[in-house]
Amino acid sequence: MSTALLFGLCGIVLFVLGLYFALTTTEMLRRILAINIMGNGVFMLLIAAAYQHDVSGLPNTDPVPHALVLTGIVVAVSATALALKLVCRAHELAAEQREEGDG
Amino acid sequence: MSELPGNPQLLVWLISLPLLGALMSVACRKAGRWTAMTAMIGNLVLACLLLAATQDGTLRYALGGWEAPLGIALYADTFSAMMIAITALVGAVISGYSLSYFATGSATERSFWPLWCLLLTALNTLFLSGDVFNLYVGLEVLSLSAVALVTLAPGLAATRAALRYLLASLMGSLCYLLGVALLYYAHATLDLALLADLTGDGPLERAALALMIVGLLLKTALFPLHFWLPPAHAGAPAPVSALLSALVLKGTFYLILRLWFDTLEEAANQLGTLLLGVLGCAAILWGSVQAIRATRLKQLVAYSTVAQIGYLFALFPLLGHATARVTAFDSMIYFIMAHACAKGAMFLAAGNILTVAGHDRIAELRAANLPSAITLFALAIAGISLIGLPPTGGFIAKWLMLQSAFHAGSWWLVVVVLLGGLLAAAYVFRVVAICFDRSEVSAPTDTAPRVATINPGREWSALVLALAALALGLLAAPALALFDATALMG
Repeated sequence: MSTALLFGLCGIVLFVLGLYFALTTTEMLRRILAINIMGNGVFMLLIAAAYQHDVSGLPNTDPVPHALVLTGIVVAVSATALALKLVCRAHELAAEQREEGDG
Repeated sequence: MSELPGNPQLLVWLISLPLLGALMSVACRKAGRWTAMTAMIGNLVLACLLLAATQDGTLRYALGGWEAPLGIALYADTFSAMMIAITALVGAVISGYSLSYFATGSATERSFWPLWCLLLTALNTLFLSGDVFNLYVGLEVLSLSAVALVTLAPGLAATRAALRYLLASLMGSLCYLLGVALLYYAHATLDLALLADLTGDGPLERAALALMIVGLLLKTALFPLHFWLPPAHAGAPAPVSALLSALVLKGTFYLILRLWFDTLEEAANQLGTLLLGVLGCAAILWGSVQAIRATRLKQLVAYSTVAQIGYLFALFPLLGHATARVTAFDSMIYFIMAHACAKGAMFLAAGNILTVAGHDRIAELRAANLPSAITLFALAIAGISLIGLPPTGGFIAKWLMLQSAFHAGSWWLVVVVLLGGLLAAAYVFRVVAICFDRSEVSAPTDTAPRVATINPGREWSALVLALAALALGLLAAPALALFDATALMG
């Protein structure tokens, strides 16, 4: 019980930290990383929720949150890939514009 | 339950058909547009069938035969059927427009059709799913395909707008997911119907509801969380702007409504309802003022969306009122439908003006080449619906809202609605006056740039959507009879 609570609270702390940096930093790469940390915080809370629903006292955990976390990771990876690609494209286009401005 | 055989399977088909359309349009590259169009037409037929089927009662389908709490349920009542139907209708017209908007065989065109099919899949999932985590996946598919659609516009500004949209959207999704995690922590179920029975007014439910709603508000772009909307909606290609403004925002709004008034009703308190109402009023005023100050036509239309989203939230205090809620709910569904048609028409017309004139700077449109009267007529009718003048759908929505506000004695809302109408008139007539006043256009000279021509299909699609907004005003009684306001709010 206390382990689950500790994990859950850590998850929430991670989420809040990620949220804080995602809102305050202006650099895109850092913002993407911060959003990933937010996501990891949520996943930790979900894993803690699996621990919570242990009925008989034996270490049998609820498998549903694990499935949720797996799905969440897949979503997070694809969203991060799209965000990184967009950052690269914005970077290239900005460089092109600067060159045109010089030339 | 309805007598028609195999009815609940409709719900599965409504999600798998657009998904199949997306996969097929990737697979057959050349004919991608036609496979996608087939999926759109099929989706429209299925939506009509669903609307007919839900008249006799709600539909529920357990995927793979696994019942909740373990399995994922699909669920449809008249409200979700209306949302599906309006999405299918507006989406089909915008697809028709896109056929002649994108150059055949271009890379942009080949990316557009699969992404638009995926967007439709996500929207249908949001309207039909009865599982909070499945809704999260729907939300992510929605925002990823919407962001990818924005990037179809070339240039740095559109890419930056798309990135901003993506990051805002991701933060919104994660807030929602944290809410889901808290709900699962407390009740060990993800099914909306089971959660509605289990949840009370505890601190965990309140925190979960607050997180989910804030996340969804960010995606719905309610003032002051609308910062990402104007650049993304104004920077995207015309049909994409129309899809985002007319349909995508309604998907997340629908979810807010379900959570607030249905699933987590006990945790939603009056103070929160009032706060959402006040933010809605602020959005109406702020969005309208920004639309009046906008220098570009597409920017103006995008800010008008911020204002129109405000009306949906301004209705929240009325929806929480014991006697005024049924009229308020009718008004809400009318706002959603009228705005979907009118805003779609307006963005399509703005796209035509942008192509023919070569720019959309409002001040310089007076001397520019403009498309034919069909587009301008569409722009004018859509504008009249946004202002809320009879005989359009926008008028019915505002009329019902005023009626409900009188009933509840909310005089401040009456004032805001009337003021919002005046401000909308100011920004709509600013554009319409310039487009219709052609006295300053000199006869074409040799130095005048070559006039760009556009496919008549693009002009007619804009007009069809505008006429749909008009028809909503003329056919109010039968349209309102199609759904049951008490279904959502027991």
